[in-house]
Amino acid sequence: MYGLGVLKGMAVTMKHFVATYMDDIHWLSRGGRYYNDNALQVRQSTKGKGVVTVFYPEEKLPVPERFRFVPFLVTDELEAGQQWGHDWCTSCGICAKVCPPQCIWIERGKQPNGRPKPEPEKFFIDIDICMNCGLCAEFCPFDAIKMDHDYELASYDRTTAHIHDKERLSKPISYWRSIAPKRADAELAAREFTQLSKSKKKSRGRDAGDEPEQEERIEAAKLRQLQYQGVLY
Amino acid sequence: MSDTILEAPATGDQPVVFDNPVDEVTAALKERFTEFVADDTRPGYGGLVVSADKIVEVAEALRDDLGFNYLSSVTGVDLIEEDKMEVVYHAYSIDKGGDAMVLKVQVDRDNPVVPSLTPTYPGADFQEREAWDLLGIRFEGHPDLRRILTWDGFHGHPLRKDWKEPFFEEEAKPFGSRWPAGEVFRAEEKNVYGKNVQYPEGWAPSGAEYEAETDSYAGITYSRESTPGLKTEKVTVNMGPQHPSTHGVFRMALTLDGETIVGLKPVMGYLHRNHEKIGERNTFIQNIPYTDRLDYISSMSNNLGYVLGVEKLMEAEVPERAEWIRILMAELTRISNHLWALGFLLNDMGALQTPMIYYYIERELILDLFEATAGSRMMCNYMRFGGVAYDLPDQVRDQPVMDFLHDLVYDRLPRVLHQGDELVTGNEIVRARGIGYGYLSAEDAIAFSAAGPLLRASGVPYDVRRANPYSYYEHLDFDVAVRYNGDIYDRYLIRIDEMQQSLRILEQVLPHLKATEGASIIGSKPQYALRMPNAGEAYGRVENPKGELGYYMTAKRRSANPERYHVRAPSFINLTALEKMCMGHKVADVVAILGSIDIVLGEVDR
Repeated sequence: MYGLGVLKGMAVTMKHFVATYMDDIHWLSRGGRYYNDNALQVRQSTKGKGVVTVFYPEEKLPVPERFRFVPFLVTDELEAGQQWGHDWCTSCGICAKVCPPQCIWIERGKQPNGRPKPEPEKFFIDIDICMNCGLCAEFCPFDAIKMDHDYELASYDRTTAHIHDKERLSKPISYWRSIAPKRADAELAAREFTQLSKSKKKSRGRDAGDEPEQEERIEAAKLRQLQYQGVLY
Repeated sequence: MSDTILEAPATGDQPVVFDNPVDEVTAALKERFTEFVADDTRPGYGGLVVSADKIVEVAEALRDDLGFNYLSSVTGVDLIEEDKMEVVYHAYSIDKGGDAMVLKVQVDRDNPVVPSLTPTYPGADFQEREAWDLLGIRFEGHPDLRRILTWDGFHGHPLRKDWKEPFFEEEAKPFGSRWPAGEVFRAEEKNVYGKNVQYPEGWAPSGAEYEAETDSYAGITYSRESTPGLKTEKVTVNMGPQHPSTHGVFRMALTLDGETIVGLKPVMGYLHRNHEKIGERNTFIQNIPYTDRLDYISSMSNNLGYVLGVEKLMEAEVPERAEWIRILMAELTRISNHLWALGFLLNDMGALQTPMIYYYIERELILDLFEATAGSRMMCNYMRFGGVAYDLPDQVRDQPVMDFLHDLVYDRLPRVLHQGDELVTGNEIVRARGIGYGYLSAEDAIAFSAAGPLLRASGVPYDVRRANPYSYYEHLDFDVAVRYNGDIYDRYLIRIDEMQQSLRILEQVLPHLKATEGASIIGSKPQYALRMPNAGEAYGRVENPKGELGYYMTAKRRSANPERYHVRAPSFINLTALEKMCMGHKVADVVAILGSIDIVLGEVDR
């Protein structure tokens, strides 16, 4: 019969229509249909039924830990009266070298005697150019540059507002801990491990000369594995 | 590879193993054209160097007598050190599968003239135009040798090694101005005209050089011939670039007789950014995020093709878990791309929004997984040389990742395919608009170098995953989807078939993922400044959702960036067949036919 296919299709649409309202009613007594974070997590997941709309910007979907947006610089915790904390960045320049669109500019710090200081004098990221690839954070050996979760960077004037300087980029480590707790923990563990093996090496070096530390190398390899497997993250 | 493959619960037929017919054909060609072909003897390079005046004969012999009837890609290479221009051809045998037969033609750099292969392989049409446009290689006998990606008034050939853009910083990244004395500047302010344009020396535009009205139709057939018996004339109409049905900034210049199409020329390049030039300046790892931006619907597969190519060059090992994750991602990408493509195809056929939205609900779940794994929904930047960047996450939206995948593969995706079937497959309007429109015969599909669903819907069961398996595809049990009518409706159906096959693959992949949990995901520690250990060339190809995506690259020993980097973009080459498919149909059908090819302008224009 002509038109049967159309009718069948209509039935599917109707099913969705009904499912959506049933789901709305289901959530009515569990914290409301809208602006309900718990509901959002379920309705956006594989368990969701019907069609759901996220009312951005009143409602926002939580982003996963690995979400990446324009990078920021990690600093120590602020002490009272300080404007920003001590940089973790040593201005080694790896991020500037690996950056695919070359949006990172670093001026290396100098000591009064002219020798390089492991600290950036200036640090700029042009967020118009940044492609949010995350390679800088991936290759930073000091955990000093991390990808942010703050994706609302629109501004009225891109010519003046879109080159972020060091002040704008710097955020304390507690911020990173708050947006990516698991990953921050894993990184902390890795750093402590390296510290430990370094100090071990020192003390053993004093005791037994320059005996090759096979154990240590194995441990270091294990650590590397952990890092690159990403099992900790 | 560990023994988990043997323990896999899913068992199927033995994998199809093809003999490699390339050696045989090379010997045959050498015998027949003894004086005109020679091995490419540069270390790391392969294939045959053919003398320019014999290339048409060799190609005809290859096509007619030796079974290599599919010319996949045409690449121009600027060998500035040897003062030569080279054209590299990759041809395949559709029947036998296997590796590419690589032919090379080297000509003088100052006057590069190569006989055109377009009469022999019509699929070379756009690719030769591209080589003319970007490298200035003239193809004698090409029916319509115009610029294709840059605009008609463009000065110079940008992929030549000695061509420089108006604001030129350095030959290769990383730029020295970034570190250690980084003085920030905005590149656009350094451009002379505020735009990235340059004029020949001593010449300034007066505004009268370019006749917009006539020049933009140059090369397009236009005639005032009237239809017999009627007082009509043919008209040329522009569709696009700003037209919602062209899926981006794509223009078609249609010649119409009444409402019937008698000529169609695709005009592209509005999104051109010279991906290949950027790629040649990038270091190897910097290219990975750029490949995301080619076919931005399926960035995971783009990554995969690129890293496969580089891995061939550097001979990297990939651990087992990484391979399974790669297949997982590639197949999910295929599903998400086809969901997108079908949504838009139906949109183009008049099923506005509804099917699209239903497909997107599921696509959203796949993107959620990508986001939780790689950090970004579409620009994944996930594959690395010798593995992947991260392991699967613990959780996706408060759900353990394996549960999430299980739900996706066994529940949500099969259900949406079934639901889509119910919603539109039997729909009278879809059938009326799809069946018999946009016909492309099997012979034409091969001749036009069509790839992917377009090729397979015309009855040619050619799939890179089977014909020249990469990763672990040879161990997986799946069928190459094929349909035989070659019209819009079949291209709709074949995408559903392919998604079902992808689900079949995913069902086999999940147990392996479970079994390899916690195993290593990358062969060696990734290096930020990778130096290529070997000189040579490599061609990495994958079956992307849109067709065969190939990366041709050459590198010097110890080089940090590719010497030549070329992308065989499936949507770009599939468009070669567009005119053929649209002839004789109405304007409204063009929209649906274009939708059935499934193009992404990021990849077409590169």
